[in-house]
Amino acid sequence: MSLTDIPPRPLESDERSNSDDAITSGSLAGAPMLGIFAGAVVIGALSWLPFGGVNWARWVIVTLLAYVIGTLIISRVVESPRQATDRFATAVMSSAFLLVMLPLVSVVWTVVERGANRFDWTFYSETMRGVIGEGGGGYHAIVGTLIVTSLTALFAIPFGLFTAIYLVEYANGSRFSKAVTALVDVMTGIPSIVAGLFAYALFVLIDGPGHRSGLAGAVALTLLMTPVVVRTSEEMLRLVPNELREASFALGVPRWRTITKVVLPTAIAGILTGIVLAVARVIGETAPLLVTVGITANLNKNPLSGRMATLPVFSYNSYKFPTLPPEASIDRAWTAALTLVLIVMVLFVTARILSSILKPKGLR
Amino acid sequence: MNRSATRAPYFEASIPMTDSVRAPATAPNEPVDANAPVDLPNRIDIRDLDIYYGDFKAVEGVSMTINPRSVTALIGPSGCGKSTFLRSMNRMHEVIRGAYVDGEVIINGRNLYGPGVDPVAVRRKVGMVFQRPNPFPTMSIADNVLAGKKLNSKRMSKSVAAELVETSLRGANLWNEVKDRLDGPGSGLSGGQQQRLCIARAIAVEPDVLLMDEPCSALDPISTLAIEELMLELKNSYNIVIVTHNMQQAARVSDRTGFFNIEGTGKPGRLIEMDATEKIFSNPTEQQTQDYVTGRFG
Repeated sequence: MSLTDIPPRPLESDERSNSDDAITSGSLAGAPMLGIFAGAVVIGALSWLPFGGVNWARWVIVTLLAYVIGTLIISRVVESPRQATDRFATAVMSSAFLLVMLPLVSVVWTVVERGANRFDWTFYSETMRGVIGEGGGGYHAIVGTLIVTSLTALFAIPFGLFTAIYLVEYANGSRFSKAVTALVDVMTGIPSIVAGLFAYALFVLIDGPGHRSGLAGAVALTLLMTPVVVRTSEEMLRLVPNELREASFALGVPRWRTITKVVLPTAIAGILTGIVLAVARVIGETAPLLVTVGITANLNKNPLSGRMATLPVFSYNSYKFPTLPPEASIDRAWTAALTLVLIVMVLFVTARILSSILKPKGLR
Repeated sequence: MNRSATRAPYFEASIPMTDSVRAPATAPNEPVDANAPVDLPNRIDIRDLDIYYGDFKAVEGVSMTINPRSVTALIGPSGCGKSTFLRSMNRMHEVIRGAYVDGEVIINGRNLYGPGVDPVAVRRKVGMVFQRPNPFPTMSIADNVLAGKKLNSKRMSKSVAAELVETSLRGANLWNEVKDRLDGPGSGLSGGQQQRLCIARAIAVEPDVLLMDEPCSALDPISTLAIEELMLELKNSYNIVIVTHNMQQAARVSDRTGFFNIEGTGKPGRLIEMDATEKIFSNPTEQQTQDYVTGRFG
């Protein structure tokens, strides 16, 4: 059979011009889509109105459902099936995003609202020494958190960064490096209380039972922070194009100088962000600090001996064992939580600014 | 320093070469045998070189002499081991895990693969320019040029550094284009300028040999012209070896050409023939070479 046996295709057949092959269709872009969303909000409201009393959860869920289904149906009718699938997928993803944002916004709102009661100078300048009832503050806990977290960073950043450099630049996929990677993964999954108990047990061996110190807390947090630093730094170092290493080698630059002068400066923005994320991960840890550092009403600036207050434990303790009147303790607990959120925010903003300053220009 | 030697006008140097491709086989009044080893410093003698990636033998039994003060082109189909061979000449090959070399590469009487040879020291003597321009993104144009010196912790006074930047950039024909923005990022240049910046960076460490791995394959014809012109200039000071897929380029810039070929996938690449460029492109000894340069290659 030759190609000429195929009957010529009708050029202007009626079925072609007005059905599947049409390249024009209605469009829902802009205002109509907003209209669909507004309609969904109304349907959501109707779902609780007949029963009286505002039911936020039902409102949100019904609204999102109505939005997704409504988009699919209306787009199918007005636009093409492919457009409808596109709009449906977009609607599902944005609904999921909104749903995830809700708890986050709610948490921040609650912490700000309740923490505002004691958001005053007294809280940031006084300790709990001799305070029963109202007044007092979390100054000692802020100092404690800063000391313990700084010590943790001091231990975990070199450990983590050097491990990552070894894995990416030197290991060459050796069996040992695979074992290290596996162990780092395991470490990421250690429950924080286990890290705390380990550090406590370690210091009991050194110092005897009942040991409490900021250093023990820092050791516990180091166990939690190091694997995060390793993983993020490793990712960032792997992103550095191999061509840059080769360019450096070809100039007769030794490996260690290539790493310190070419690879690290190129990756530093991402590494910094990773380190800040890791600090944020450990700064709010409560359980390991509860067993290793404990809590005190006094200011203790010496991490080598004695109990130390830290913000998460201070917050927990104030909430769990309130003094009379309980409202004063509970307000202090919320303000401590708010302070923690603020510290993390400051860290993030700093990291952002540093990254944008250090980011290599013109690297994709 | 003889780095800015008399500039050979591009067309004068290139047109006779292309003409000779069409010229009759027996080139008249050729005074010296192009294949005879020249007794000048920086000659490269390669003896029976086998190159491996782990268990895989990528290149087999290459022996050749690369004469100084000339451009030597290596041509051949993709995957025949030209780049691998090039990288073995400054010990960049072994940067890849499991890669090793068996044989001798002798420059100035010293075997690069002899015992006790420091690969880092070799790379300072044998510079390399890569296929894709790769300026350091964290450094300015001036720092890129100085990278080889600075990264090797050589301390330089500002005036010496400025002079080195200028001579290197002039040597790479880039000075006039960038002299007003030496502190700007190197990645802000166009592709052709970036490649010339990489050449400036390579010649700033004053190597004896300059290896170029398809230096123009990512560039437009105008930038290619600029770099070819540069090669003809640089060959007065350096021994230049270039890998290229562009046979016109090989014909235009090189004095001698080596043809590599591969029998089939999984087989090692071999040097089929090496001779004066005009001979390779007009009257090669081997049928394979003839087929490849005339485009009849299967």
